[in-house]
Amino acid sequence: MGNRVAIVGIGQTYHKSARKDVNQQEMVGEAVRAALADAQMKAKDVEAVFTSNMETFEGLFLPDHLMADEIAAYMKPGLKVATGGTSGASVVEEGFHFVASGLFDTALVIGFEKQDTGDTTAAITAAVTPVWGKGVATGAIGEFAKQALTYMERSGAKEEHAAMVRLKADKGACRNPYAHLKLGLKSIKEVLDSGYLVWPLRLLDFCPQSCGACALILASESRAKKITKKPVWIADVVTVHQEPFRAGSFGDPTGTEEYSQDIAAERLYKRNGITNPMKDICMAEIYEPSNWEEMSHYEHYHFCEKGEGWKLVEKGITEMEGAFPVNPSGGVIATNPIGGTPTIRVAEAALQVRGDAGEHQVTRDVHTAVATALGGPNWTVMTLLRRSL
Amino acid sequence: MAELTADRVERLKDADVFIYHGKIYIPASYTAGAVGSRFLIEMRDNKKIMGTRCVACDLVYVPARSVCKHCFAQLDKWVEVSDRGTLQTYTVAGQANGVQPVDPPIIYGVVLLDGASTGLVHMISGVDFEKLAVGMRVKAVFAEKRVGSILDIKYFAPL
Repeated sequence: MGNRVAIVGIGQTYHKSARKDVNQQEMVGEAVRAALADAQMKAKDVEAVFTSNMETFEGLFLPDHLMADEIAAYMKPGLKVATGGTSGASVVEEGFHFVASGLFDTALVIGFEKQDTGDTTAAITAAVTPVWGKGVATGAIGEFAKQALTYMERSGAKEEHAAMVRLKADKGACRNPYAHLKLGLKSIKEVLDSGYLVWPLRLLDFCPQSCGACALILASESRAKKITKKPVWIADVVTVHQEPFRAGSFGDPTGTEEYSQDIAAERLYKRNGITNPMKDICMAEIYEPSNWEEMSHYEHYHFCEKGEGWKLVEKGITEMEGAFPVNPSGGVIATNPIGGTPTIRVAEAALQVRGDAGEHQVTRDVHTAVATALGGPNWTVMTLLRRSL
Repeated sequence: MAELTADRVERLKDADVFIYHGKIYIPASYTAGAVGSRFLIEMRDNKKIMGTRCVACDLVYVPARSVCKHCFAQLDKWVEVSDRGTLQTYTVAGQANGVQPVDPPIIYGVVLLDGASTGLVHMISGVDFEKLAVGMRVKAVFAEKRVGSILDIKYFAPL
């Protein structure tokens, strides 16, 4: 194992469908300044800067090159990461690896997306193989619609359960000052009355396109203790790749093959002495592009037995006040600046560990939390955070 | 390995090889931003070239920037710089290309405007190629119909 690494600064922008008031660089700068302010650090105290973004989504090539000044990267080392939907978690992992290696004592990691600029679906359809993928790929919504149908058939979950997940997310989002969609939903009927995007996914079943950014400052053990009284330790990060992007499907949409989430969870838990995730971990921020996906992921991350994810919802276990809160921030279904979405999962989980999540702080004490990311050909990144190591 | 590769190339010569012809179309509308918008509006409405000053580093960025790359200060002090300046370097493009705003040959130059600390990339026109020289003095020629684009300056001409 390498050196210990802590999150010592957390910053994010407010999220909206459009930010016409700022360009991409200015928007990302807002998150960077928020993270520096949180850590009470100056730009010159950051040794290296790492970024993540899905650059074709904005129709801009090498967007990180346009913002060296705004992200305090001028004359510093750093890289940009793009691993699909997981990019914003991969960039945290990258900063973690560099600081753990001892090469840097501090690193700034940033995930961002300004989705009022380009055409996300057009860019996603460019990610399939031209050999047999063109013309049959549908972008993200179609893919998660297949996953939703599979989950429904396999587990016996009803649309009402998906609507309950949506209601839970909105409750969190309405308490989270940085969340994008704050709908004030009162009943599951409102969700069930929203029209179909791609059957069986309804408008309110799926994540929005957001503009926003999230920045974290990572530090080595000796530096972390000088910077903050409340370091959040990155105990471990696990990445599992699946396979090439099939035409219009993330991994296996039929539910009959191996899932990267299962493998990642097994690896992470084994390496960190977690025998009962629901007991040993206190809460999770998971990457759920749809409410159906959230229930399915409960199972793949071993929060419950297979086919029982919807029962956690029914019992209210994953509510903010529940025994195992999931996505008290409102999650991806409320806020989705894609390159920054997984960075926000880590940031929100870290805020819960610090006890600094404010109105959406969960009821139970959080000493251990997990953040997940999903993307590309069903890749999975899991980040385990602890209050003490 | 080399043999394997050679073998594959030989076999491919005789095989049917499929090529997928595609075109990626990604529409994009880019927000100029808080600083970029003001820079363009001043140019369009007032034929002014604006920069932002970093007082601590004693620098004037042209085009205007929101942050000083050296000290990370947010720049809110706007200054108008001269429409005259000095050619710092240049090149001549002779080959036509779809993204060029005018027909070639095009002289691309970096102009350090009087009062600015950073050079502005633009086109130079109205000069014989033989007379082009680093250090020559040039002046902005504004377009009559300005729309809020860097091409509201048509080109820089020799003084």
